[in-house]
Amino acid sequence: MSVAQPQQPMGSALNPVGEHLRVVPRRSSVVSRFADFSFQGLVWLSAACVLAIVAFILMQLIKGSSLSLHQFGWKFFTGSDWDPVNGNFGSVPFVYGTLVSSLVALVIAVPLSLGVAIFITEMCPRSLRGILSYLTELLAAIPSVIYGMWAIFVLIPLLRRYIGPALAKTFGWTGLFTGPIYGGGMLTAGIILAIMLVPIISSITREVLTAVPHQQREAALALGATRWEMIRVGVLRNARAGIFGAIILGLGRALGETMAVTMVIGNRPKITKSLFAPAYTMASVIANEFSEATDDLYLSSLIEIGLALFIVTIIVNILAQFLIWSVTRGTPRRANV
Amino acid sequence: MGVGIKVENLNAWFGKHQALHGINMDILPNHATAIIGPSGCGKSTFVRCLNRMHETNPDARAEGKVQVKDMNIYGEGVAPVDVRRRIGMVFQKPNPFPSMSIYDNVAAGLKLNGFRNRKKLDEIVEKSLRSSALWDEVKDDLKKKSGASLSGGQQQRLCIARALAVEPDVLLMDEPASALDPISTSKIEDLIFELKENYTVVIVTHNMQQAARVAEFTAFFLLGKLIEFDKTEKIFTTPTDKRTEDYITGRFG
Repeated sequence: MSVAQPQQPMGSALNPVGEHLRVVPRRSSVVSRFADFSFQGLVWLSAACVLAIVAFILMQLIKGSSLSLHQFGWKFFTGSDWDPVNGNFGSVPFVYGTLVSSLVALVIAVPLSLGVAIFITEMCPRSLRGILSYLTELLAAIPSVIYGMWAIFVLIPLLRRYIGPALAKTFGWTGLFTGPIYGGGMLTAGIILAIMLVPIISSITREVLTAVPHQQREAALALGATRWEMIRVGVLRNARAGIFGAIILGLGRALGETMAVTMVIGNRPKITKSLFAPAYTMASVIANEFSEATDDLYLSSLIEIGLALFIVTIIVNILAQFLIWSVTRGTPRRANV
Repeated sequence: MGVGIKVENLNAWFGKHQALHGINMDILPNHATAIIGPSGCGKSTFVRCLNRMHETNPDARAEGKVQVKDMNIYGEGVAPVDVRRRIGMVFQKPNPFPSMSIYDNVAAGLKLNGFRNRKKLDEIVEKSLRSSALWDEVKDDLKKKSGASLSGGQQQRLCIARALAVEPDVLLMDEPASALDPISTSKIEDLIFELKENYTVVIVTHNMQQAARVAEFTAFFLLGKLIEFDKTEKIFTTPTDKRTEDYITGRFG
């Protein structure tokens, strides 16, 4: 009797060698290819949706503003007269208001946010860390109308009574803090925007700082760096691209913020050097005047302001992406992780 | 010139866990001393105690006496920052500052100390890069290339140059070659030989051949205790302690 070639059960003679041992069934390749294909289609569709929405918004804005585009041409972007009664529309005060209020917001929010982020990642006792980051992020969850109300009832009286006069006294010579202090105005809008930006900028900055490898901190410390020097050389320097990105994201938010700003900025389409004076932003004028824009040219002009805001925001974001990319390219972030 | 280190009754903790138990050790100047032992035996903790880097870990603390020249680094009123300026350290993973040029990497420590003299900086940067045997490879793009653009072995020699630039008395190396390929490793080992002329070198290694090659003295650590400390030759040929022998012969660790 021969035992050299033991016969395998289950008709193994028909299968290729070893196939009879397989326990896990093999899926039909047609099915898996179909699943793969439909998944691919689905994610493509999702991505295409985003593009389509952006394209449709842009189309609608251009269509809606065609009347005003036709009537004023470039003069719409150089004129500073906003006179619905006589049908004369120029967008400069609004562009100015949007950019300056956002700038004021950044000037206040950036140091504050960096301070918060550095404190949380580098200095904060561990037990406080979670609570503190949670609270800063909670600030982002407050609706902007609440910020506006808080500004009207708390910030404006405070500004009128204490902060405004103090600023006028010490920095009046710059020309930025002169004239009557109504309370509402460019500065108030900037401050309230700054408070709204802090959670955005600080939480992203915190993530970026946490991502800096621990070895970088040790490298600085081992050279005899003090705590601040360690943060400057070992942490901030490595994180600057990310911090920059965080600031730009905050700026995007500031440019488009409507409700809180509308409630406190004073809504007057005039360019004034003093930050105490009332001003107007692109988003605010649309929100305020859309319902009362009775004639076609007025409405079309408002929509063109929307178009301008859309374009400004997109430019800022593209610029940000480009800058982040160009800064990170020179410094491979994971070179020594 | 290097200086000796006299360690007396050094204890270290991570939170409640005691990582080092009463270490006593006399490290001779201008020699290389290797610290060996299995993972988690406290060898890294020990060298990190020698320049007070240990306490930068959360909840970590150390106690005892570490005399370096005229200074007890755990003495009252001694600032860790001053200790670290005198006792340089090289880490396991090369950690150059990626956003700085090669030049700025080497000059980083000096700039932190407020050193601004351009000409003198140039001199020290060149001298440090020469001592770390990197000068010839990088002299043409000192200010053009980022510290992170170098190879792993070059990065580690850059880190050594960076540590040497502040002219420390002692150079601590925490497994400086464990992340490197054999050629880079042998370059680092050759370098340690040259560095001994001017510095006291303490090197942690998990590679016993490396310890035998570069160090005159070897200390064997186990479970946070110093088991044996003697001439390298003695440790590797006729160790006194059974546990050292077991480790050397590969019976554990």
